[in-house]
Amino acid sequence: MSKILTISPDKCIGCRSCELICSFGKMQAFNPKSSRVSVLAFEDMAVSVPIMCMQCEDPSCMKVCPVSAITRTIDGTVLIDDDRCIGCKMCVSACPLGNISFSTAEGKVVKCDLCGGEPKCVEYCPSGAIQYKEATPSNLSRKKLIAERFKELFGEVNQ
Amino acid sequence: MFGWTGTVLRVNLSDGTIKKEAINTKDASSYIGARGLATKIMMNEVDPKVDPLSPENKLIFMTGPLTGTFAPTSGRYVVVSKAPLTGTIGSSNSGGHFGPELKFAGYDGIIFEGKSEKPVYLWIHDDLVELRSAEHLWGKNVFETTDEILKETADDARVACIGPAGEKMVLFATVMNDKHRAAGRSGMGTVMGSKNLKAVAVKGSKSVEVARTDDFLAACRDARKKLKEHPVTGNGLPTYGTEILINVVNQVGALPTRNWRDGGVYEYAEDISGETLREKYLVRNKACFGCPIGCGRVTRVPEGRFKGFGEGPEYEPGWAYGASCGVRDLAAICKANFICNELGLDPITMGTTIACAMELYEKGIISREIAGMDLRFGNADAIVELTRLTGMREGFGERLAMGSYRMAESFGHPELSMSVKKQEMPAYDGRGAQGMGLEYATSNRGGCHVRGYMTSPEILGIPEKLDPLVTTDKAAWLKTFQDLTAVVDSAGICLFTTFAIGLPEISSMLRDAVGFDASNEEILKAGERIWNLERLFNIAAGFTSEDDTLPPRLLKEPMPSGPAKGKVVELEKMLPEYYSVRGWNEEGIPTEEKLAELSI
Repeated sequence: MSKILTISPDKCIGCRSCELICSFGKMQAFNPKSSRVSVLAFEDMAVSVPIMCMQCEDPSCMKVCPVSAITRTIDGTVLIDDDRCIGCKMCVSACPLGNISFSTAEGKVVKCDLCGGEPKCVEYCPSGAIQYKEATPSNLSRKKLIAERFKELFGEVNQ
Repeated sequence: MFGWTGTVLRVNLSDGTIKKEAINTKDASSYIGARGLATKIMMNEVDPKVDPLSPENKLIFMTGPLTGTFAPTSGRYVVVSKAPLTGTIGSSNSGGHFGPELKFAGYDGIIFEGKSEKPVYLWIHDDLVELRSAEHLWGKNVFETTDEILKETADDARVACIGPAGEKMVLFATVMNDKHRAAGRSGMGTVMGSKNLKAVAVKGSKSVEVARTDDFLAACRDARKKLKEHPVTGNGLPTYGTEILINVVNQVGALPTRNWRDGGVYEYAEDISGETLREKYLVRNKACFGCPIGCGRVTRVPEGRFKGFGEGPEYEPGWAYGASCGVRDLAAICKANFICNELGLDPITMGTTIACAMELYEKGIISREIAGMDLRFGNADAIVELTRLTGMREGFGERLAMGSYRMAESFGHPELSMSVKKQEMPAYDGRGAQGMGLEYATSNRGGCHVRGYMTSPEILGIPEKLDPLVTTDKAAWLKTFQDLTAVVDSAGICLFTTFAIGLPEISSMLRDAVGFDASNEEILKAGERIWNLERLFNIAAGFTSEDDTLPPRLLKEPMPSGPAKGKVVELEKMLPEYYSVRGWNEEGIPTEEKLAELSI
């Protein structure tokens, strides 16, 4: 059974260590705006939500990519092939969760690739708000529940 | 550059010009960054005798080489200027997210000069830097100002601003960033108000780079691990916040009670403790940028006349409004602290100034007519109302806006102000912690606990337990703590890391970030250099060894009760020893040899 990322916003303390270490892993520099994981802070509700690619079972980004640069591996990781990518950014628009972005610092479309199976954000999250573990029926349902909450939150943000 | 962006902004508010300058790399390396580097710029460019609220004073925002990196607690920046409350060098640092964002926009710091004719704010978005009118924001509180600027700029920008207290030049106004984080002491917000500068907003998309990437990551990983495993940073602070100290300090009899009149044991300590805060009002923990500790408290008083929502209180404000005012209603303390954040007031000076007024009232020196209310110790409504009045400079608040020293002096009793160099001492009674007494007397920004936190060895036993009631070796310990703290403040990380990590870990991160090879000893020497430079600024401003003293109460009135019963601060023993270990002469002036040794 493959591993999945799970997010517990109730544990997130909003420190953005995940953004720092993610950008460092990808660029060897600290740049939260180019991080594949973002912490969305809802100050007035005192809630912070770390969010990254949820590695969809049926990825919209993969379907919309005109040059088939996005693939889903056998263990469930959705990856962008930089050599094939033409930078059209259709995937950025297609992702219902907004989890693919265009990094101005790197000049390319970027998304979470689970760091090849050892996600740095998980390793360095000080509060255990991001975890990477075997998918079981119970945490899969939890994951879906949380994904639904993100949709609601994004709905509020976009209004 | 590594660790640095390499660029500093110079903003002349008088003529509206904005220049981008290369950072002085020699000074940056000799003075580390943030507090040290900004003090060096002050020394180079500003006459220490300047009127702090005149256009000739400068206001400097500065980050350190670790700000915005993966170093734990890398969210810090500092505001440095000549301080209006004390007349000393003023410096106050703050966490949150503003400092790192400034670096991500491509700037290590900002030097503000002159005075704007009309209210303005500075908007920085990467290469775009512009002054904008703030006339529509003048009079608005910190939260309203921040929300309005985010609407006008970008919703993910970071804002540092002043509230009405800074505009009205209350002498202890703060610079508030990310709404709830404060560059709290020294009146840096007052200087900002004097320049008609309402806010700085910043959004950045650039990178901060470090020199030795693998080594730097390893050093950060080691430091983070130690923070996680230490009982204070891994458990105490995350669980209870800084307010955990209320019961701890009370137990050793060093929690100053009722304007320090009633000794160091507060009978209602439990009511205002971190444990009670957690039980009654804590919503959740909140961390500053890059911080694995997360000591911040998001709190809510759900109902009643003190209903409110915000952050804090920290230990010192909790004490200043609580034990120091004889108040036991934690809801009122939370509310008063929320108002400080809204109006941009230093809650330590605010609470202790009210406490001083309460003692004057009980002595019959301040009448009910003048105070406009019953000002006896323990009046919970008074701390809330007087905080609001002071921030708005209304009624009796007009008198309190000067701070406790000038207020008490105006009633003929300056000795009842519990301050050093006119800045109020915080929540640790030096009679029960001798080293803290020496720290207050010698801190370069007046009464202050975070320039050499002797509470750590004397009360918490970190890195080792010292007897708080004796003076032996306290001078040498304090020197090391003050020098190390100057390193920490200048590196761009939080002092709280030093519960778990020390000079070796911090030096490692600094070396690998910037790419230099200075030894740990040389880095500590840079801390000593910073301390001496601050001292030279104060001497040039007119301070002498006579100012290195404490209120008579701590020197002459024996502690009335508790574990430290019968003690006074034995300053006359410790101060000469301190001058000597510092390499200063008997007048407290750094000797030629010392300055040569430090290359100042």
